[in-house]
Amino acid sequence: MTDLVAPYPDIATPPEADFVDSRFTVPGMRCAGCIAKVERGLGAISGVETARVNFSAKRVAVHHASTITDDDLIGALRKLGFEAERAADNPLGRDDGEQRRLARALAVAGFGMMNIMLLSVSVWSGADAITRDMFHWISALIAVPVIAYAGRPFFASAAMALRYRRTNMDVPISIGVLLATGMSLYETLTGGLHAYFDGAVMLLFFLLAGRVLDAMMRSRARSGIAALLGRMGKGAQVLNSDGSTRYVAAEELAPNMVMLVAAGESLAADGVIVEGRTRVDSSMLTGESEPRPVLEGETIHAGMINLGDPVRVKVTAAAQDTAIADIARLMDEAGQSRSRYVRIADRASRLYAPAVHSLAALSFLGWWLAGAGVYKALLIAVSVLIITCPCALGLAVPAAQVVASGALMRRGLLIKDGSALERLAEVDQVLFDKTGTLTLGEPRPVDLGVLDPQGRSVALALAQASRHPLSRGLAKALRAAGTEPAVLDGISEEAGRGMQARYQGREVALLRPEFEVGGLAVDLLIDGMRTRLAFSDPLRPDVRETLSDLSGQGVTAAIISGDREASVGAVAEDLKLFATHSMKPAGKLALLERLKGAGHFPLMVGDGLNDGPALAGAHVSLAPGGASDVSQQAADAVFVGERLMPVALALRVARRTMAIVRQNFAMAAIYNVFAVPLAILGHVTPLVAAIAMSGSSLVVVGNSLRLARAAGRANEQA
Amino acid sequence: MTILGFLIPLALIMGLVGLVGFFWAMKSGQFEDLDGAANRILIDEEEDSDDDAMG
Repeated sequence: MTDLVAPYPDIATPPEADFVDSRFTVPGMRCAGCIAKVERGLGAISGVETARVNFSAKRVAVHHASTITDDDLIGALRKLGFEAERAADNPLGRDDGEQRRLARALAVAGFGMMNIMLLSVSVWSGADAITRDMFHWISALIAVPVIAYAGRPFFASAAMALRYRRTNMDVPISIGVLLATGMSLYETLTGGLHAYFDGAVMLLFFLLAGRVLDAMMRSRARSGIAALLGRMGKGAQVLNSDGSTRYVAAEELAPNMVMLVAAGESLAADGVIVEGRTRVDSSMLTGESEPRPVLEGETIHAGMINLGDPVRVKVTAAAQDTAIADIARLMDEAGQSRSRYVRIADRASRLYAPAVHSLAALSFLGWWLAGAGVYKALLIAVSVLIITCPCALGLAVPAAQVVASGALMRRGLLIKDGSALERLAEVDQVLFDKTGTLTLGEPRPVDLGVLDPQGRSVALALAQASRHPLSRGLAKALRAAGTEPAVLDGISEEAGRGMQARYQGREVALLRPEFEVGGLAVDLLIDGMRTRLAFSDPLRPDVRETLSDLSGQGVTAAIISGDREASVGAVAEDLKLFATHSMKPAGKLALLERLKGAGHFPLMVGDGLNDGPALAGAHVSLAPGGASDVSQQAADAVFVGERLMPVALALRVARRTMAIVRQNFAMAAIYNVFAVPLAILGHVTPLVAAIAMSGSSLVVVGNSLRLARAAGRANEQA
Repeated sequence: MTILGFLIPLALIMGLVGLVGFFWAMKSGQFEDLDGAANRILIDEEEDSDDDAMG
């Protein structure tokens, strides 16, 4: 190959073909057709070498000539019918490495377990003398490297815990595995009867299975959330001194740069308007849903969305210095209390580990004092440790939580980790933000009835060609009403004014009303005929069902909003909820602290940046999929779609999960009640240990699988 | 008993081949996009133009 290419370097690499990779998040891909459409549509653009969709992560990676900009590709994707955003560099992908390490360790442990078991079965079925010794030696050769490799996650965590003079589940596991291995090596060297290599490796295998499940659950939810992220300003078009523009990422913006902010774009930095006047949606910061007019010389903040005309904004504060930074600091402090939460498995092991260790020590002492000799006494102590090693305990929690989070994920709720499920189960109060949480957070037409079918299809064709929030809301509502778009010619968008096109030879347009009207509205013009469509931010369709479901579960609900008294009061009266209004981010946090201080376990559901500290400070928190990046990162779980029911469902499933976890613990305890006396009396051979361990693990996993059915039933009720 | 000298290494080698295979699959990104792989078999080769294909 190289020989053929080498004489013609100019053909292999033409000077302009400087290829780069870009990645975009495309949340709208839902089917095989979408994969084909995106890959072929992008592949057809000249200059695009390859486009490869990752469907699980809702991403597309494009290898293209550097002459094509990211904006061209986003534009191309929009023409194909998909909203796309530049993908940030894997903001939540840190756990990927951990999951891979655990999966590798699991594979190694599985390999070792199978081969050692093969040899052990021969020993148990009567191989003796030289054959047995040889099998023990081969087992040792396999087991020692396998344990050294597969046991690392446990040894490292146990060492960490001991260094801080604490104990966790990994301490008894590590001691058990290491003692069993050392004991078996001694047995092998002296030609003894019993080697516990199979037990030690099997223990690691089952425990690693639990860890891998736990890591899988986290990474699945996080890749789902990462696909939703990226709606806030990731950067801006910056004006160069020669009048040209270039794209600058948010973290590289600096004061005194002049940003061009087009209609529908969100701001990536704080700044002062130097040219133009417009209206901004500041719901991200204040929770206020009404657009606010802003004039030249006024300051606007990162996270606000420009709804009106394009403006030039001189950056005054960027990156770490924006108004967001204050909120971020509050969130940092609020989040610390949560890191002190002790997970149920560790709480169990605080009781369990000392009990197991003293039991093993007592049986050693007992047999030794009874005159059995150090060797026999130690052998029995080791078998006590192996039999009580929390195999079933290690699986009890992750198995149940993985099944539950899988069931919830299918219903549109992505839970970030198991501790979130544990905290959800304790919730006794729910606090809702208003805008974007109880309501959709997007403008929707109040009444589509003012349009005839022809008007609807023209409006849909015009609206779906624009990214303006009103157009998007209109397009969604019309599609939901089953409208088919009309075929239009020459669609053009004039920023800040609206859309224009020709339909069957007639002028059609979707325009901003010429005079300011109360609230949001657009005018549809067909051949000079003007129809006005008013917009509002409606409640989610199943708010009432969800609230009654919550009160059925004995959970009280309330509204906690940064919005004005009038608009909060209307919703609160409508839903018959207690409400607080005009809350600042710090005020929300203080209210939550008061509730927590009074012994309550509040669940915060909110979407805006102003909810960030409250989300981080609440006992547990949920954010809708349309929420700001910050809120989605601060929340324990994210629900997607227009329905609010996942909130009630999450509580129900979390409680059921904890019930199952407790059952699993009880089963593990019962198993110990029978197995430990056998071990102390010295009747546990490696064969008995292997059977007991796999038996109890299977029982626990089987019990956890019942949760999938239970969660399914909860879904049907919901 | 000499057969053991043959069978045990054979079992070990087969196990190792599986292990190496798994490591390779993980490294080469075979598990990156499981849902996508399930959906891709539904894509028709080439002949469809832009206007069908949507579900």
